[in-house]
Formats: sequence, C-alpha cells, structure tokens
Amino acid sequence: MTASIGDICAIACAEAFRGDGRKMVSPMGAMPKLGARLARATFSPRITLTDGVATILDEDDQPAGWMPFSRVFDTLWSGRRHVMMGASQIDQYGNQNISAIGDWARPKVQLLGARGAPGNTVCHPTSYFVAKHNARVFVPDVDFASGVGPSRGAHEIRCVVTNLGVFDFQGPGQTMRVRSLHPGATLEQVAAATGFSVHAEGDVPTSRGPTAEEAAILERLDPGGRIRGSVG
Amino acid sequence: MNIVTSIDAVIDRIEDGMTVGIGGWGSRRKPMAFVRALAKSDRKDLTVVTYGGPDAGILCALGKVRRLVYGFVSLDSIPLEPHFRRARQKGTIPEVIEYDEGMLQLGLRAAAWGLPFLPTRAGLGSDVMKVNPGLKTVRCPYTDTELLAVPALKLDVALVHMSRADVHGNAQFLGPDPYFDDWFCLAADQAFVSCERLGLEGTDPVRNIINPTMVDGVVEAPGGAAFTECPPDYGRDEALQRRYAATAKDPAAWDRFVEEWLS
Repeated sequence: MTASIGDICAIACAEAFRGDGRKMVSPMGAMPKLGARLARATFSPRITLTDGVATILDEDDQPAGWMPFSRVFDTLWSGRRHVMMGASQIDQYGNQNISAIGDWARPKVQLLGARGAPGNTVCHPTSYFVAKHNARVFVPDVDFASGVGPSRGAHEIRCVVTNLGVFDFQGPGQTMRVRSLHPGATLEQVAAATGFSVHAEGDVPTSRGPTAEEAAILERLDPGGRIRGSVG
Repeated sequence: MNIVTSIDAVIDRIEDGMTVGIGGWGSRRKPMAFVRALAKSDRKDLTVVTYGGPDAGILCALGKVRRLVYGFVSLDSIPLEPHFRRARQKGTIPEVIEYDEGMLQLGLRAAAWGLPFLPTRAGLGSDVMKVNPGLKTVRCPYTDTELLAVPALKLDVALVHMSRADVHGNAQFLGPDPYFDDWFCLAADQAFVSCERLGLEGTDPVRNIINPTMVDGVVEAPGGAAFTECPPDYGRDEALQRRYAATAKDPAAWDRFVEEWLS
C-alpha cells in the first residue's frame, strides 16, 4: 500500500519526538497529537502526554497524573518539554508569529497573542506543523516574533513539518533548510510556496512512510484516516 | 467572620482608573457575573489584567478598558476572540501590554510576594521586548546571565469565580485546573470571590486554593461563570458563545446582546 501524504506527515511529526526521553510532549492540533501518540507507542515510550486540559494520560488513555497550567510552566521552564505549535507566520530565521499580522500597534489582523511561544522557544525544544505550506506562512521576516528562532536565542527549533517536507534551521546563518521532501514533492514546489530561498544540500532525502507496525498503530489511533486525510 | 457580600457592593469598591485582575483562563471559569456588573456600571479607564477570554472582549467593546494586559485572548472553541480582534484592529484600546503568558504569572507572583520584579528567560529575544519598551533586563549577580525582569503586576482589585466557597473566604475549584486565581487574589489589595454555591464540598481540603487571608468578600452567584465553562457544574454554553461572537460583525446584534445579556 502506498503511504498517503497524511501518513507521511504523521510519521514526520512522530520523528520530531524521537529521542525525547522523558520529556512532556505538547502537540497543538490533531496531526501533531497523532504523531506524538505514535512516537510513544513505538520509539519514544517514555514521553508524557496529556489530554490537552490538565490530566496526564497513560498508554490506555487513563488518568495518571495532574498537569494544570501552573505545572505546565514549571515543566516548560525546567526544559522538560517539547512543544509542536502551529504558526501564522514563520520566517527564514525560524521566528514564529501567532500575535498579529501587520503593524502590531494597530494590526491588520489580530491573532491569538504571544501566548507561551516566547517562553517555550527559549526554554525547551520547539517544532512546528504547517498543514498547508505557502508563501503567506513562510515569509522573509515575521511581522511579530512570538516564538524566537536560533539567532534570537531559541533553545532548539527541532523541525518544521509541512505537507511538502521536513525543514530545520541548520542552513547558512541558521536559516531554513530542507531536511527531507515528502514523496512526490519537489524543491521547485517548495520554492514556489516559500517567500524566501530555502537551503538544500546535495541529494535531499525522501521522507519515510510508516512501517507495517506503524501503519497498524496509525489505523488504531486514527480510524479511517480522518486526521491523516486532512492534509493534501 | 462572615464576609458574604453582593455583586453590586463589590462593583461599588471599584473606581475609575483602577487595575482589575480577572481570574479564569480563556473561556473557562471566568467571573462573568462580576464582568457583567462591571460592564453595566459607569466605571471607565480600567487597567484589566487577564488570561483573556470574553471578559476582555466585552470590556474592550464597551470602552471600559484604558489598558489591557494579556498573554492571549481566546474563546477556546472559537480560537480568536472577535470583539478583542475588532477593538485591536480598530485601534480602540488606548494601551495594550502583550506578554508571554508565563510573564503574566510572574508579574502576579512578584506583586503577591512584595517583590518589584521576578527574573525569567521567557520573553527574551522576542518582540514582546520590542512592543513593551518599558521592560528591562537584569544581570544575575552570580552568573552574569541576562534575564528579563518582569515587573510586579499589582492589582487594586481581583475578581475570581470558584466552584464553592464558605462565608469566611475559603474557596475551592472542582474543575480540572485552578488556573491562577489564587495568585490574582494574592496580588490584589482587595479580592472578591463569586461562587456557584455557598458551602464547601467533601472533606479533602487540597482543592481549597483560596483562604480567608486572601479574600475581602464572597458572593453566591449560581451560573456566575456562564457562558464560559465551570465544570463539573456546567460546560460552556457554546450556542450563547457563538451568538456573542457573531455580534462582533453586526452592531445591531451587539446592541441587542448587550441589552438582553447585561440587563
């Protein structure tokens, strides 16, 4: 069976959490959450996941602990966390914007506000998931840096997973680089959908699909592929 | 001592220009009975400190807010708060202080502990520093590390809604998260608690995060968090919240909503 782009994205999100040991993983959104659950069911068994409210859930989704917001701050400030956030804008330097589009003093579009992005990015690993890779999200410079990139003091921007590929900020001068392209995606496609030039080195690897074991787990966690079917 | 009072008596303690901290988080366990009364009153020029939800949207839409201090404003099931958005995009909030949400907590803790500031890394390097030019950094005297000094967020008044309370000012949350309601109370000169019901539940006191040392008045206000959620007593009134949100695009519907909901 050929892997769908949703399968590839789920695996790429899971791979972001490889090696996270005992960290708490906070996935924002359905696809990052699916990836986090897959990672815990396979190669990152010690990561801690919550119900997204205030309860730590075990592998059987049973309550196992308490994680109110105050404890989330304790956890994140102590570096014991990896968050995968969304982004309204990400720039070539890995800065992220969820605050406002346009001039912050009187925005064209007011968004959520900085929320925890400033603290997250300087205290622990951060990744991003962007379901639709396009030049409105990937801009040369963000209008407002809510989350900071490596050159502004980020702890670690692990990766950005999109519907086209996986990226990091290990290009020249800590700029965005292609780490892998999803099957069928091309560098030309990435260039056309990105508002700045993305660094690519040599033969860019192809993002992997699920193993047979992972495919079975994905089907159990996402019956019928509802979440995986949401990206294209 | 019995410190039970009324919503109106609490609003009488709030003066024009005061700094008011509002508990809860987003559209969760917001002290909406207090917010409605404040919205109906003629108070103005308020500084509002909040993990923002409809409290921020309503008070901004009615022109009560001179300065808004927040880390985000959201209705949760409706991620972006439409009245807050509209006010920001029209430029009708005279002063806006946007922090990392963790900075807000540190500001409250500093005020509670009588400290002028608390140091953190949260915010460093971000545009929170740029749009708040008053924020300063400090050098650690031991390691020389540069840290952001979050100034104390001293409140004149804190308003929170709890699940249960007794007449003395012990109050408990029965939902999943206490949020920072205890810190709002500790950071304030005067703190007022509304509750679903007078009378504490059970015999386990670990949910009683608020005690009489932190409270100036208790009000029984059943349904006092609606339309935000207050589990286990009730969930969010999504239909009413949707109706509220839709009024941001329709001035006549907003006028009707204000007339009905605030009366």
